[in-house]
Amino acid sequence: METRPEITKKHKKMHLSRYRNRWGWLLISPAVSGLTLWVALPLLVSLVASLCDWDMVGPPQYIGLNNYKMMFTVDPSFWQAVGVTAYYTFAGVPVQIIVAFVTALLLNTNVRGIRFFRTLYYLPSILPIAVNSVLWLWLFNPHFGLLNIILEWFGFPPQRWVFGSETVIPSFILMSLWSVGSTVIIFLAGLQGIPRELLEAVEIDGGSGWHRFRHIILPLMTPIIFYTVVIGFITGVQTFTQPFMMTGGGPANASLFYVLHLYRQAFQFSHMGYACAMAWFLFVVTMIISGVIFKSSSLWVFYEGEVKK
Amino acid sequence: MLYSVLIIGALFTTMPFLWLLRSSVMNMREIFTMPPVWLPEKPQWKNFADVFTMLPFGRFFLNSGIIVALNIIGALFSNTIMAYAFARIDFRGRNIMYALCLSTLMLPQVVTLVPLVVIWKYLGGLNTFAPLTVPAFFGNAFYIFMLHQFFKTIPLEYDEAAFVDGANYLQIILNVIMPISKPALAVVAIFSFMYTWNDFFGPLLFLNEEKMYTVALGLKMLTGMYSTQWHILMAAATLVVLPLIVLFFFAQKYFIEGLTLGGLKG
Repeated sequence: METRPEITKKHKKMHLSRYRNRWGWLLISPAVSGLTLWVALPLLVSLVASLCDWDMVGPPQYIGLNNYKMMFTVDPSFWQAVGVTAYYTFAGVPVQIIVAFVTALLLNTNVRGIRFFRTLYYLPSILPIAVNSVLWLWLFNPHFGLLNIILEWFGFPPQRWVFGSETVIPSFILMSLWSVGSTVIIFLAGLQGIPRELLEAVEIDGGSGWHRFRHIILPLMTPIIFYTVVIGFITGVQTFTQPFMMTGGGPANASLFYVLHLYRQAFQFSHMGYACAMAWFLFVVTMIISGVIFKSSSLWVFYEGEVKK
Repeated sequence: MLYSVLIIGALFTTMPFLWLLRSSVMNMREIFTMPPVWLPEKPQWKNFADVFTMLPFGRFFLNSGIIVALNIIGALFSNTIMAYAFARIDFRGRNIMYALCLSTLMLPQVVTLVPLVVIWKYLGGLNTFAPLTVPAFFGNAFYIFMLHQFFKTIPLEYDEAAFVDGANYLQIILNVIMPISKPALAVVAIFSFMYTWNDFFGPLLFLNEEKMYTVALGLKMLTGMYSTQWHILMAAATLVVLPLIVLFFFAQKYFIEGLTLGGLKG
């Protein structure tokens, strides 16, 4: 090992902070270039492209805000796509979170074999969405699919599932519940982190099970609910593979999700400028809605150490 | 009472799996029998072999394997050093850069992926593995956050002791931090495996030649070509799922840890 030159204490301190700055930035330089290359640059490119008419073959033609005008006023599929995505996301996310939460409460018990059940509940969520899509398309099959067979057992009429324009989005939501296991695990970890003393204190005070849930468990879980709402929302608006592989946006555009429409505009019709305008609209809208979710969090998310009235 | 609810839930989660397996070993006639039969007369193992002859699935598995391996290497390497810097070096601008980095978690990927196709086209990277592997070497906010949380729990004295011995930060990361962070690194490797193996949108955008396809794209191609041969589709789906299930049973605890490490304790 080489010997270091003797330096005074003050000198050493200055030297150290410069040393830290240099190393800190050196080590995070991949992130800096990554943010530039994979985030800032694409955002910039798509902003410029959104102002152009561009088929990716010829040079882009500047057309001002025409793409945006077309999006909002001419293209009827655009609003259909917005509606479908909003329906799926705003109906699906609450259902997913409630189901995941209830399942986590159920799994947060100490009965025999509970670990086995936890594994069974979690397992579907590790599957690729492409596999889920093929598998559920088969389960949804009106004649030979498992779901209609089960309905028949119980005497219900068969459903058209993803093949009916009324039922396609509820079917996608049902399908998403199958993969809710990772959210369940997150909730479960949260439940297990609740201090026993708090729960026992309610019991000593004579509080009921509902009391315990309403005043201890639920408030302590709000940060996790908040996290899952945000993640669920971001995932929901980006839904693509299920409609792409299962319905092709049909029947009658009833499952024309936003990203599917965007994908087709870009790669099927070579409307790159228009697709980029759509991407920017999605970007701005997600930022606004995320902002609203974050802002609202001060009203209902409880952080430890904070006094709530 | 509790058990009956647990069992109903478990039926909902396992039935699709059983249906998948059952369909994958049937023949065409059995699949389309009315009323449905539950099990095949004789399991048709050759369905699995047929998958490989109908489409070059061997090649697709190899492609997915290469992309996954490069992503794991990239993720381990880049995220470790960056999470280390964010967690344990007190440099100027650290907090703002960390916040900026985490803010990308909120960005819908679609927004950047579509223009990235244009950018990679100009770089000549379309239809190569580059767009699907190179970004892994630049870090990922989710893994950085996860490792950051883990590194925070290691006493700073470790670094200081190594520092006094004359080690620089890279040496500290390599010789001190990485050996004691094996569980967290395993989590990163497993999640990287899972996300890359399962990715559909990325390969769809960047790969357009059959010989470059990944398993997820192969599955899509198969559904397009043999849309009524459900026994083959189910056999292919089973094969695509198999590596994940095997991995899960060997490393179950890391899957769970990853979710709880990334999900909470913020």
